[in-house]
Amino acid sequence: MDIAFIREYTPLYVEAAKLTIGIALFGILFSIVVGALCSIIRYYKIPILEKLAGIYIELSRNTPLLVQLFFLYFGLPKIGIHFSSESCAVIGLTFLGGSYMAEAFRSGLEAVDEIQKNSALALGLTSVQTMWHVILPQAISVSVPAFCANIIFLIKETSVFSVLALPDLMYVAKDLIGLYYKTDEALLMLVVAYLILLLPISIIASLVERRVRYAGFGN
Amino acid sequence: MQDLGIRVLFMGNNMARLLGGLWVAVKISLISMVLSVIFGLLFGMFMTLKNPFTRAISRIYLEFVRIMPQLVLLFLVYFGMTKTFGINLSGELSAVIVFTIWGTAEMGDLVRGALISIPKHQYESGAALGFTQIQTYQYIIIPQTLRRLIPLSINLATRMIKTTSLIVLIGVVEVLKIAQQIIEANRYTVPDSALWIYGTIFFLYFFTCWPISLLAGKLEKRWNG
Repeated sequence: MDIAFIREYTPLYVEAAKLTIGIALFGILFSIVVGALCSIIRYYKIPILEKLAGIYIELSRNTPLLVQLFFLYFGLPKIGIHFSSESCAVIGLTFLGGSYMAEAFRSGLEAVDEIQKNSALALGLTSVQTMWHVILPQAISVSVPAFCANIIFLIKETSVFSVLALPDLMYVAKDLIGLYYKTDEALLMLVVAYLILLLPISIIASLVERRVRYAGFGN
Repeated sequence: MQDLGIRVLFMGNNMARLLGGLWVAVKISLISMVLSVIFGLLFGMFMTLKNPFTRAISRIYLEFVRIMPQLVLLFLVYFGMTKTFGINLSGELSAVIVFTIWGTAEMGDLVRGALISIPKHQYESGAALGFTQIQTYQYIIIPQTLRRLIPLSINLATRMIKTTSLIVLIGVVEVLKIAQQIIEANRYTVPDSALWIYGTIFFLYFFTCWPISLLAGKLEKRWNG
């Protein structure tokens, strides 16, 4: 182990981690928006849009991110649609994450019994009030575990963005291996970087999951 | 048709080559999946042991494999093994090793979840009805466990197929690599072939994983609904 080497190149990893976090943050935010839209469309069974959302979810859930990125980054420019690497990464992550988020929200909404909605309406709540005060609180507590798992999943998926020539963690590690043949050090720093990024999120996620389990009714 | 980039697919045996490339990825995921199921069953039972030491070990293993992106694991095995231990693994072999390690962790967690989800009264009712221990497992516990387990492990298989697309990054010649070769070979005759080839691969993956996902969804609905 070459400590001096590690110390010298840590700043590179910090920069790369910042890039990874930035892309993941935007990707996750947009995924939540897309996912929420899709699940609202499917919950209220809006015609046509419901079909489209269904097709999108199936397409995005059954293809790998890498293939989606190759199509976006190398395929689309051939018909004149150009994206920068960064926007390509965010678009790709959103395309993938949107469907996963939609499924997480849907499972939450589906878990709320029909009787809850009917009772709320019978008590004179408007449909918006029913959604806000009765359905959503119960649905959210059910979808939190899937939601947290998706966030970790999406951050992990950012590791393929090195194919878009983005200097993320993987890219830096591969570069150092290629340039200096310091494989052990580069890989160690890579593992540590991902642990620092993801371990806290994983721990927070399991704490939050434990907390929301109190909301479960009757089990 | 002459001017469309899609004709590249029908030149020579390009389509057959792409399918062959997809088969490389699917084959690696199938081998890893079979190994993962075997080791996962063992690991799942190992995880239900009450011993704090085995618990800590399995917890650390599971968390580490879950937290690391699969690509990092591939790099660790493919580059790290060679450098540190001087073991030169081919890309395919490292892929099988990594996906088995990852699949075992995921499968083990599913098995553990299925095992602890069987309520205690199922065991006790079996005993009360005069079943022997083996009969209780054979007729009561294992069928229920399998019903929970099979849809989830089919889902894991589709995840495995999707994740094997990463192996192109450690130099395995699979569908994306072959696509690049075809695109490069036709760079001047069919300049927009990239769009069509990558589009085709997108749908190849879709039509590989989609039926499996549908099957998993159907089984889940029938058994758990």
